[in-house]
Amino acid sequence: MYRILEARELAANIYLMVVEAKRIAKRCQPGQFIIVRMDAEGERIPLTICDYDREKGTVTIVFQTVGAGTMKMAELKEGDSFHDFVGPLGCPSEFVNETPQELGKKSILFVAGGVGTAPVYPQVKWLREQGVGADVIVGAKTRDLLILEKEMEAVAANLYVTTDDGSYGRSGMVTQTIQDLVEEGKHYDVCVAIGPMIMMKFVCKMTKELGIPTVVSLNPIMVDGTGMCGACRVTVGGEVKFACVDGPEFDGHQVDFDQAMKRQQMYKTAEGRAVLKLQEGDTHHGGCGQCG
Amino acid sequence: MDVLKKVPVREQEAKVRAANFEEVCLGYNKEEAMEEASRCINCKNAQCVKGCPVAINIPGFIEKVKDGDVEAAYQVISEASALPAVCGRVCPQESQCEGKCIRGIKGEPVSIGKLERFVADWARENGIKPAGAKEKNGKKVAVIGSGPAGLTCAGDLAKMGYDVTIFEALHEAGGVLVYGIPEFRLPKEAVVAKEIENVKSLGVKIETNVVVGKSVTIDELLEEEGFDAVFIGSGAGLPKFMGIPGEQANGVFSANEYLTRSNLMKAFDEESNTPIMRGKKVAVVGGGNVAMDAARTALRLGAEVHIVYRRSEEELPARVEEVHHAKEEGIIFDLLTNPVEILTDENGWVSGMKCVRMELGEPDESGRRRPVVKPDSEFTIEADTVIMSLGTSPNPLISSTTEGLETNKWKCIVADEEYGKTTKEGVYAGGDAVTGAATVILAMGAGKAGAKGIDAYLKER
Repeated sequence: MYRILEARELAANIYLMVVEAKRIAKRCQPGQFIIVRMDAEGERIPLTICDYDREKGTVTIVFQTVGAGTMKMAELKEGDSFHDFVGPLGCPSEFVNETPQELGKKSILFVAGGVGTAPVYPQVKWLREQGVGADVIVGAKTRDLLILEKEMEAVAANLYVTTDDGSYGRSGMVTQTIQDLVEEGKHYDVCVAIGPMIMMKFVCKMTKELGIPTVVSLNPIMVDGTGMCGACRVTVGGEVKFACVDGPEFDGHQVDFDQAMKRQQMYKTAEGRAVLKLQEGDTHHGGCGQCG
Repeated sequence: MDVLKKVPVREQEAKVRAANFEEVCLGYNKEEAMEEASRCINCKNAQCVKGCPVAINIPGFIEKVKDGDVEAAYQVISEASALPAVCGRVCPQESQCEGKCIRGIKGEPVSIGKLERFVADWARENGIKPAGAKEKNGKKVAVIGSGPAGLTCAGDLAKMGYDVTIFEALHEAGGVLVYGIPEFRLPKEAVVAKEIENVKSLGVKIETNVVVGKSVTIDELLEEEGFDAVFIGSGAGLPKFMGIPGEQANGVFSANEYLTRSNLMKAFDEESNTPIMRGKKVAVVGGGNVAMDAARTALRLGAEVHIVYRRSEEELPARVEEVHHAKEEGIIFDLLTNPVEILTDENGWVSGMKCVRMELGEPDESGRRRPVVKPDSEFTIEADTVIMSLGTSPNPLISSTTEGLETNKWKCIVADEEYGKTTKEGVYAGGDAVTGAATVILAMGAGKAGAKGIDAYLKER
């Protein structure tokens, strides 16, 4: 069992939990993820690592409620436990293998969208610890859905917040901010974009035009997370890769996003059905379009 | 009684079982087992034992069954095997012990597998446990993976007095016995969990949720966590795909994924939180035991199921019993057929599979006749789900994170057959991680060899 030391809601339907997981806290690196199972009957849910404390042996996760599993998970409180918590899975971000000197020569831009802010944070923080400052764009639908602003501000060289509806910071999509920054004369050698698939697709489209190599982090459907099932396969540069062992980070300019987005829909109906079942209980009357 | 024939074993009727996940074979009762045991002529130079990868004293245990002393029979088996209830169910006896049985020359061999199963089930129902070690020797061994190789190695080492910890990547112990082989062939709660309990009762500890290579490395286990030796039984690895167009479509799964969802995550149960595709027309590509398992699972989930295999029935790598059961249940075999493209609808879902007809040519390196495409034979089969069951390639997680551990050109860990010794000192390996995908019993044999190797190594050191 893996004890929850802290649990709070960051924004509507977005939750942060600090979990005791000594082995993972000791070894995890920016870019990696974990798989969690709430109870003995739970689904295996892959989640990004938002932070870790090697001395305390804790790992921080952030998740958004999207289905029955995460909705039930959101009800967990401090002092409760996860039945299973496994990791760190996937490969660390490539830059962790570079020296601070090499990294110092690079101008790095992070683009975070929505709950994707969580996995961006440990990367920016890690760079800060090496003495490397990076620019960060954080995009949210609206002000109330913006998360980890203060934390990010503390580790980023420059933080640019933008909201789709203009309720806070700049107005518009993250791609607009990228364009603005470049037009203002900013130069970037590399971009790391993490967020909804559709956001990453459009960021990559733009950075390709701008000639900025871009890394994305994919979160496809997964079962075991160790390479065994192949559910998470994605096409990158015409080759089939398993996001759990080859990724989750890939060259964004090589990723077949349209295919990846289609594959993410695979269990939408089944998952949606489970959500409805949970919300409506016995009163469920066929609104899911799947039953009677 | 016809002494040339096996005492028939009771099974669930094909029509009934095709719609449930309960066990197909019901096994012998004591009376039937004693009758079958009486067919054994107790050969002096028993060939059956030579056919058994873990060398169970087969005539020895059968004699005890004949006498009605099932507990004694169980102790004879557990001297050699940690998982008799599993082996009695999933071993390919026809090509091992029973394949060598002298009775088989004139009639049917003694039903050794069903007798082993009876003894193990009886022992479980009557609370009989295997005999443990007399004293501990204080040496620590880490076993990676809790599948058949790992459990066997751990069980043997514990009996010798070692302090053994198994590290399992998934949330539940059992490896392929839990995620791969379906409930209707190998009940999880009733059989697998109990056999794992037996291994634990020998003093073996199991730590789940540890992915060796990620959560901890082998070098750390040896240098920081105080283990004196390591056995790697991490299993087969990454599922293979064909590399044909349309393979990333929604509705195409590896057999590993399909079976893991159903077996480990219990997706066959409507109450499960993990979803599974309940297709109407399912095509399973491949002809091995895993293909049969996937096909029979899909059938039970309500689909019309086709096995699509490029060679003929004779070459099917699956056990005869599995093919027979699959046919009885209504699986359709499209033999000498090979997929060339998976067709999709406008939303990216599988709508069919384009195939070609094959014919058999000259034998290839494997000795099987090579399938050759018949010219102009393209046709389309209807399907909404395709399950690829083409085997696996080794998982690089361990080999890529362990200094000095050599792999061969197929990326399998190099280990000798007799002792499972690898190129790294103190590290032994066996099972699918070494051989590539094989059977439960071969992995168990390798687990035994590894235990022998580790014992010899630590005694010498």
